[in-house]
Amino acid sequence: MISGQRSDRREWEDPQNAFFLDHISREIPHPGEFGTAAHSAGEEQATSNSVPTPRRLRILHDITACIPASQITCVVGPSGAGKSSLLRLLNRLDSPTSGTIYWRGRSLESYPVRQLRRQVGMLFQFPHLFEGTVEQNVLFGPRLQPSSTSQADGAARQPQATGPALVAELLRMVGLPAELAGRSTEKLSGGEAARVALARALANQPQVLLLDEPTASLDVASRREIEQLILRLQRESGLTVVWVSHDLEQAARVADRVMVIEHGELTAFGRPDVILPAFETQLEADRR
Amino acid sequence: MSTVQLLSTLALVAVSMLLSSWQRLKLEKEIGYATLRTFVQLLAIGYVLSYVFSFNRWYATVAILVAMTLIAAQNAARRGRGIPGAFGRVLLAIALGEGVTLALMLVLHIIAGSPRFLIPVAGMILGNCMVASGLVLNRLKDEIRLRSAEVEAALALGASPRQAIEQVLKGAVRSGMIPTIDSMKTVGLVSLPGMMTGTILAGADPLLAVRYQIMVMLMLSAATTIASISLAMVIYQSFFNRAEQLVLPQAGAHPAGAAGR
Repeated sequence: MISGQRSDRREWEDPQNAFFLDHISREIPHPGEFGTAAHSAGEEQATSNSVPTPRRLRILHDITACIPASQITCVVGPSGAGKSSLLRLLNRLDSPTSGTIYWRGRSLESYPVRQLRRQVGMLFQFPHLFEGTVEQNVLFGPRLQPSSTSQADGAARQPQATGPALVAELLRMVGLPAELAGRSTEKLSGGEAARVALARALANQPQVLLLDEPTASLDVASRREIEQLILRLQRESGLTVVWVSHDLEQAARVADRVMVIEHGELTAFGRPDVILPAFETQLEADRR
Repeated sequence: MSTVQLLSTLALVAVSMLLSSWQRLKLEKEIGYATLRTFVQLLAIGYVLSYVFSFNRWYATVAILVAMTLIAAQNAARRGRGIPGAFGRVLLAIALGEGVTLALMLVLHIIAGSPRFLIPVAGMILGNCMVASGLVLNRLKDEIRLRSAEVEAALALGASPRQAIEQVLKGAVRSGMIPTIDSMKTVGLVSLPGMMTGTILAGADPLLAVRYQIMVMLMLSAATTIASISLAMVIYQSFFNRAEQLVLPQAGAHPAGAAGR
């Protein structure tokens, strides 16, 4: 447990840590009458204790933690606790209201945001594929950047193929046949779409993969397959994975580290075999 | 049309008022008030126009064009309530659609540079640009909400705001242009446009009226295309902050200081 621990100025420079979260809080304006704050996972369960101003919702409160490099960190907690909100900070889809996030020793703000997002890939609960073919989706990332394929450092995992060869290679990595490249994304099954979304994220050669319950919308069989696939890819390439899951059994299967978020606060952090049984016992107690 | 004839048209008002009271629609007062406004507004603009036509100074014409453009932009921007900076951007788009179309028609000697031509033609252009811009804004507001996840998926892959919102923008631009294109397809079959009807009633040869109507249709399609596309190109930035994060309209201000570079 390092919740509430004072930040050590050295921690964000430690190469064993991919991310270092230094007293992160996030507040949002109260959603208007149209409920526009659709991303804010914690809106219906804002923290029970004092809210700074009446017009603000506290989504995350004073989170300090290290996320280890080349490991799988699972973020668990009740729905609406702020798990997804936390994840969205790591590739700057949102920004913390206060506190600083470091990645590889530098604050997130010091990276050009598009470059950061290419290196910190993200998978959402739904694949959100674009209109068009599988190939167009998979090549979306590579086509965004001008020909400079030279990545910064590390993560030189893929052959420097282009066009069809790259698509075939990426589809193979996610266990799909190369013939699928020309298919319209509307004609994919749920499991296939999830794999295409994964291939699309991997095409950027990311060093980090943020997973926002990517298997939650799938049936049990595909869920286990995608889970195994991500595990295999992570072991092969040493990706840093931050995996939001509400499924504690899944977390037990995949996690090297577990972070428990409740009411926007970090309440436990550590090895899954230590953290998860305690968290489960606590959930049981809460239910009564 | 003589004044007696004009006043006789009040018989038409009487018919609708009688029908309204018979059916208890309680619209009699509304109809009366609307009739009064029609008379006052149109007679007033008639006097203004005949004065401006005879005065015939470029600055008077420009002043009227500017006033019309501002009113059109104000009206269209109402559809974009909640989008920061909507008025300025709509004004830019409408002015561009109007300016380019008018300039082209002047250069090609399609119309003469006198207020008698410029003001009515600009009025038609502005009316259509206003409707098109309103449709673009409406559609954009709906679509950005429905497809925010898709836009964020693109951002998460390293897309620029422009690249991320491209599909949404295309849909909005199309919805701004489609009414004009549709009316081009059915004109003469379903409806005789007001301008053509007026010209024919005023005694013009229908074939001459048709020529003018063709000019009007083509000019409107050019103007709405320019306005819709330029509006889309300048308005999409309102949905993103400096950190290239999606900010939905009406969600209020983004947390201060949250947007870094």
